Amino acid sequence: MGVKKRQKDLTTLDKLYLPEIFKGLALTFKSMFKPKVTMEYPEVKFEPPASYRGRPVLVQEENGVERCVACGLCSRVCPALAIEVRANETELEKERYPETFEINMIRCIFCGFCEEVCPEEAIVMSKDYELVFTNREDAVYGKDKLLVPVHKLKDRLEFLRNFK
Amino acid sequence: MNIWEIIIITVIKIGAILTIMLLTVSYLVYFERRISAWIQSRLGPNRVGWEGILQPFADVFKLLLKEDISPVAANKFIHGLAPFIAVFVAFSTYAVIPIGPDVTIFGYSIQLVVADVNIGVLYVLALTSLGVYGLTFAGWSSGSKYSLLGGIRSSAQMISYEVSMGFSVGGVLLMAGSLSPIAIVEAQYGWMWNAIVQPIGFITFTVAAFAETNRLPFDLPEAEPELVGGYHTEYSSMKFAGFFLAEYANMIIAAGMIVTLYLGGWQVPYIDKLGLGEIVTALMQVGSFFVKMGAILFFFIWVRWSIPRFRYDQLMNLGWKVMFPLSLINIVWVAALIMIFNL
Repeated sequence: MGVKKRQKDLTTLDKLYLPEIFKGLALTFKSMFKPKVTMEYPEVKFEPPASYRGRPVLVQEENGVERCVACGLCSRVCPALAIEVRANETELEKERYPETFEINMIRCIFCGFCEEVCPEEAIVMSKDYELVFTNREDAVYGKDKLLVPVHKLKDRLEFLRNFK
Repeated sequence: MNIWEIIIITVIKIGAILTIMLLTVSYLVYFERRISAWIQSRLGPNRVGWEGILQPFADVFKLLLKEDISPVAANKFIHGLAPFIAVFVAFSTYAVIPIGPDVTIFGYSIQLVVADVNIGVLYVLALTSLGVYGLTFAGWSSGSKYSLLGGIRSSAQMISYEVSMGFSVGGVLLMAGSLSPIAIVEAQYGWMWNAIVQPIGFITFTVAAFAETNRLPFDLPEAEPELVGGYHTEYSSMKFAGFFLAEYANMIIAAGMIVTLYLGGWQVPYIDKLGLGEIVTALMQVGSFFVKMGAILFFFIWVRWSIPRFRYDQLMNLGWKVMFPLSLINIVWVAALIMIFNL
């Protein structure tokens, strides 16, 4: 291996071709007994690393209020036009909040632009990759499905702080 | 024995052999998938039944439910006929391969072979060459260029390798002095296995068997990257299953032939010296036949997942410039052995 041999440099043993065949057979026989890499999905689930871009979610602070200030940048930057934000005013310090926040998960392409553009770190990509819906209406995720408590998103927020 | 008894016994034998064949074929597919998965560090089908043991039946059920399509450009009659030829040839060939010695059951002396034909080996060679018509017809009648190329390749390949196969069998026939598979098995008493006496013939026959059954590294008739699916590109549903069945049945026949001709058939060396009862001996001999066959079948699968496919010119080079002279050398070698040692 490694060194390329020319046809004329091959020895008779090389030309017989059989030793190489037996080498190959031995290799595959050995690998039959190696540990298998398959994860049996419904029983064993893949735990993605922090850099994984799963479905985008809204960060919910400990007091139950979302971070989002409804600036609409995410909806503006979204290449697939999947995000719709309707803003409203609030008595809180942040003054604005999203009255409705909808992501159409059929359109979402998991590019992560919304997360990148967000000035408040309010929308981040989660580790959730199990997205199933049986009709188009179910595919539009509203605030009820998008809000995720901040402690569940620690991994991703830390990753963003270090590498964004 | 009167004529009725002979007929009934033969029908029972045919039924038994067919059942064994069909079960072996389905489990061969299962083991092919499992072993290939293990070789590639995967698990393979393990969901249907315990460790996927019912997978073959699920596969057959799925194929039965598929739509049967025949292309507009196809010659409908031949397109439908081709898989039947392939299956018929694959299953009828097994009639002459003996799986054990003569046994006595209920006072009848029964040979463990469907038909003890005195030209058995010739019969196998003739029928396997007929089998190529199935593939060629399939390729030609589909009205598709990929299929046609696959069919042509299969016939060219068969012709090239049939020659060396025939000459390697010649060595075996010289040793046994008979064309009957039973006589050939009995001639390999003790350690006089043909694989040991004539190793070159064993190797050429095995390689030719790989080529004849269209197994990798010689599966050019269905080379996926070049020919989509080769001769069965235009087949679906049970017609496709027919080719699938025939391919695996051919593998079993090739394994049976290798065991019969070169590995002593059902013989276990020196078993009669152990002083076991007649029934135990017979059972062990039948068992040894199936163990040997299983080992050869495992080897077939193992090779398929280890060695890449040959290029077409390499295949022809190997067939005519290497295998053919080697099988001739083998015949000379065997003839010399017979002359010197008076075997």
